[in-house]
Amino acid sequence: MRKIAIYGKGGIGKSTTTQNTVAGLAEMGKKIMVVGCDPKADSTRLLLGGLSQDTVLDTLRNEGEDLELEDIRRTGFKGVICVESGGPEPGVGCAGRGIITSINMLEQLGAYADSEKLDYAFYDVLGDVVCGGFAMPIREGKAKEIYIVVSGEMMAMYAANNICKGIVKFAESGGVRLGGLICNSRNVDNEKEMILALAERLGTQMLHFVPRENMVQRAEINRKTVIEYEPGHPQADEYRTLAKKIDENRMLFIPKPLTIEELEGLLISYGLAA
Amino acid sequence: MLFRHTTNKVADRKALNVNPAKTCQPIGAMYAALGIHGCLPHSHGSQGCCAYHRSTLTRHYKEPVMAGTSSFTEGASVFGGQANLVQAIDNIFTIYDPVVVAVHTTCLSETIGDDITQITAKAKESGKIPEGRYVFHASTPSYVGSHVTGFSSMTKAMVDHFAEKSGKKRRQVNIIPGYVEPSDMEEIKRIAKLMKVPCVVFPDTSNVLNGPQTGKYEMFPRGGVTIEELKTTGDSLGTLGLGKLASGPAARALDTKCKVACQVLDLPIGLKATDRFVDALRNMAGVNVSDDINIERGKLLDVITDMHQYFFGKKVALIGDPDQLISLTEFLVSVDMWPIHIVTGTPGKKFEKRIREITEDIPVPVNVKAGGDMFMWHQWIKNDPVDLMMGNTYVKYISRDEDIPFVRFGFPILDRIGHSYFPTVGYRGGLRILEKILDVLLDRQDRDSPEESFELVM
Repeated sequence: MRKIAIYGKGGIGKSTTTQNTVAGLAEMGKKIMVVGCDPKADSTRLLLGGLSQDTVLDTLRNEGEDLELEDIRRTGFKGVICVESGGPEPGVGCAGRGIITSINMLEQLGAYADSEKLDYAFYDVLGDVVCGGFAMPIREGKAKEIYIVVSGEMMAMYAANNICKGIVKFAESGGVRLGGLICNSRNVDNEKEMILALAERLGTQMLHFVPRENMVQRAEINRKTVIEYEPGHPQADEYRTLAKKIDENRMLFIPKPLTIEELEGLLISYGLAA
Repeated sequence: MLFRHTTNKVADRKALNVNPAKTCQPIGAMYAALGIHGCLPHSHGSQGCCAYHRSTLTRHYKEPVMAGTSSFTEGASVFGGQANLVQAIDNIFTIYDPVVVAVHTTCLSETIGDDITQITAKAKESGKIPEGRYVFHASTPSYVGSHVTGFSSMTKAMVDHFAEKSGKKRRQVNIIPGYVEPSDMEEIKRIAKLMKVPCVVFPDTSNVLNGPQTGKYEMFPRGGVTIEELKTTGDSLGTLGLGKLASGPAARALDTKCKVACQVLDLPIGLKATDRFVDALRNMAGVNVSDDINIERGKLLDVITDMHQYFFGKKVALIGDPDQLISLTEFLVSVDMWPIHIVTGTPGKKFEKRIREITEDIPVPVNVKAGGDMFMWHQWIKNDPVDLMMGNTYVKYISRDEDIPFVRFGFPILDRIGHSYFPTVGYRGGLRILEKILDVLLDRQDRDSPEESFELVM
């Protein structure tokens, strides 16, 4: 089983990209579990056709510690197993601890056991890695492979670079590696070239360039992935390609984060060159 | 030889503490809260915190210490402790009916950022706090400061929550006694009474944690400052805060909130510090020092002069809390003893500076450290041996290994009684300290002297 964590700046399209890609892998016949690590619990909405009502933490709170796997797992598009960690409402409690609790719970309950015959486990993690809890998916024995969703916008690249710093730390102790950048296009000038250059500087690859397409938004309103909503649309093929690339990718890197000066230099040379 | 592995080689340490000379903030907060009449302390965190704090206080005072806990579970740590605290408040008032619940936080509830002000407001709103009953709180994460910080914060919270200014002055003085024993608080009240100064002492744990055996258990003993008294502190003539660290913040808060002028003094331990306390009380209340007090002072002075030969030049190692150590060091220096190794576990740069000033005239090198530990103190003693050690119960291990006389002083004292009943503050407290010191020093001299100099009269 490959355990993959998806990181990236908040609002960049991590959940959308993850679910569409997972739909592509599911079409290929892979058995997949998606673990949403966001208190908003919206990481599996497109696969389930609506928000999952029972997050791990809600169930834990309501039912006590005597849980069964079936209490917290839902099956979505093409048999994809969906789990949402959930978490506290904004402004109270500790969302980071929530992720630690729910991932521990999943392990205890045997969600990753060989008997589950999973090909993939995906962790979709909230925005920036603001504290130890949000790094839980890449700590020892968890996800070994990370993809960062990025766009040509400065703050997205800045966040990607920051996440790389976190990866370096865990790469030394836990063996986690960066699989590459996924560019979710925002139609920024010279975007593809800029992300290619960023990937090179970070010592990794740009795995795929996902073009901007309104169909994604339309499918989302209908609570579906593009692959499910409009299987014949070219955008669906983009996600199928991305899924294939992830499936075939064997290149894993320890990134070399940039200094702020280097990052800004990159932005100036590509952003102004247009 | 439990500490036989302690070497005399002092290594520079940054991360490691061995046998710390301090404990958790909530212990001080819980102790301070017990100084309010009819108060149930409440620990907002996991059960283990509360159990440890209660047991430490119980072992020191030999009295059952009661406190509630929010009993955090994994769920409470993630979703916040609001539901637990609101439920706890409801249960506490329904079952135990205290006048006031003093909530203190723990590392866990602090780290997840629980907003106690908002939660208690919520409890009030939903009718969980009966009319005429109170809930207030202090923030006490143990990764900051020490038990003294916790005491200080809870005492300040009493001011923040209860002190009122009616506009009409009362002829009374507020005395914040600091992190001292119930017996010390009693002694401070006795001195004020001898001087005919009406006062509000807060917190006041006398007759709470050193009460009589009556055959009947009272959850809320008769001692403690009342809420009504606390409210009047805003109309007092002034405030005397004893101990900069433990009482300074509360005294200044009262000045800021109700414009009650404050003076922050050292704890009245020893001759000079008690002189300053009595003088400040005299000035603030506009009274004369009574003859009774002059007589007590004279007795202390008499013992100092009578026994001076046994004090002079004796090297002493001290470990404990900053407010106590500053006054104790001054006292020992004033009887010509040489306190040469002085360590507190509570961090704070001013402590070292102050001790340096007090010990300036000692003709031998003096080691002082704030934020230090017992291990380093022990190493210092190995390198430069002393005639006497003073500190809490944990010092007994070092005392036995090094065969050095030891006087118990500070918190906690888990293996002897006396601290609850006999004060160390005031002139009488000074007498008691000197008596204890002389007992161990002269016992040692008797033990070690050859027969020809084994003296009958000393």
